Amino acid sequence: MSKDNNNLLEVKNLKKSFDKKEVLKDVSFSIPNGKIIGLLGKNGAGKTTLIKLINDLLTPTSGEILVNGNKIGVESKKVISYLPERTYLNKQMKVTEVLNYFEDFYENFDKEKAEKLLKDLDLDITQKLSKMSKGMQEKVQLVLVMSRKADLYILDEPLGGVDPATRDYILDTILSNFNENASVIISTHLISDIERILDEVIFIDKGKIVLQSDCDQLRKKENGSIDEIFRRMFKC
Amino acid sequence: MEMTFDNNIPIYIQVLEYMKIYLISGVFKCGERLPSVREFSTTFKVNPNTMQKALAELESMDLIYTERTNGKYVTQNTELIEKLKDEYATTLAKSYFQGMKRIGLGKADSIKYLEGIDE
Repeated sequence: MSKDNNNLLEVKNLKKSFDKKEVLKDVSFSIPNGKIIGLLGKNGAGKTTLIKLINDLLTPTSGEILVNGNKIGVESKKVISYLPERTYLNKQMKVTEVLNYFEDFYENFDKEKAEKLLKDLDLDITQKLSKMSKGMQEKVQLVLVMSRKADLYILDEPLGGVDPATRDYILDTILSNFNENASVIISTHLISDIERILDEVIFIDKGKIVLQSDCDQLRKKENGSIDEIFRRMFKC
Repeated sequence: MEMTFDNNIPIYIQVLEYMKIYLISGVFKCGERLPSVREFSTTFKVNPNTMQKALAELESMDLIYTERTNGKYVTQNTELIEKLKDEYATTLAKSYFQGMKRIGLGKADSIKYLEGIDE
């Protein structure tokens, strides 16, 4: 592999401070195409800040983020499909309205695919989001995000607050909808639920990347599950 | 076909083990065309890269082969599958006898127990 330009995402010496608090301290890593990557860290480790920076929702204090070799901006927003930790959708909207909204907003949104996935879920798409359970709302959000034909999917805590059966559904949806050239970053602290589908993990702690590794190699080397290795490393 | 995984062991090794059993038991027969990596990964619910790695391992053992552009096939060599079956059965038998030895039973007694079990 030749240098930088083969990477889908390149983060270089990224720093972010809020007032005097340094939330990210010199973070560097890169992500190639075609991988599912777990961004794992305790609460407050800097996961969401990092994700918001990649999505151009925050400005770095210093450092650089490249997507497909270009600085982030309008172009990178087209190729990144982002599932935020909290919903930004207007809950008074019906699912059908949200679908139209996404279709207007994103040229790479595949409405038919979204409708199919929603149908598989037995969802009444004429319902308002506010009338749905939290788990259902999360599924709708995920379907919307995964129905965009993007290069990079960034899912911030996609499993928070949903039951185990729904978690399995979410994992299956991620697996069966990501194409070989795209990559997926999943941020979570629910490691054991998700680790079987990951290629690589990035451990983040106190604003620093402390480890990036292939999952199976790590399991072999440390003789345990990713969850266990994480617990061992960050024992309170 | 359903696979369940132990997070403590590399996933591709577990997929590889399942695949070996499918070959031995004839779920996939000699010379048969295998599903694509994508089909496999949705059926088994594993990452396509993990599936790819397990298949590459099977290929390096000559248990499957790739026909350019056409996909992957199970080896035509029935002897190879028989050998795999034999190895697998030997391992299972050994571990049975080891377990019996631990509770103080020799080979002859162990066989008696085996015969006493209805299938």
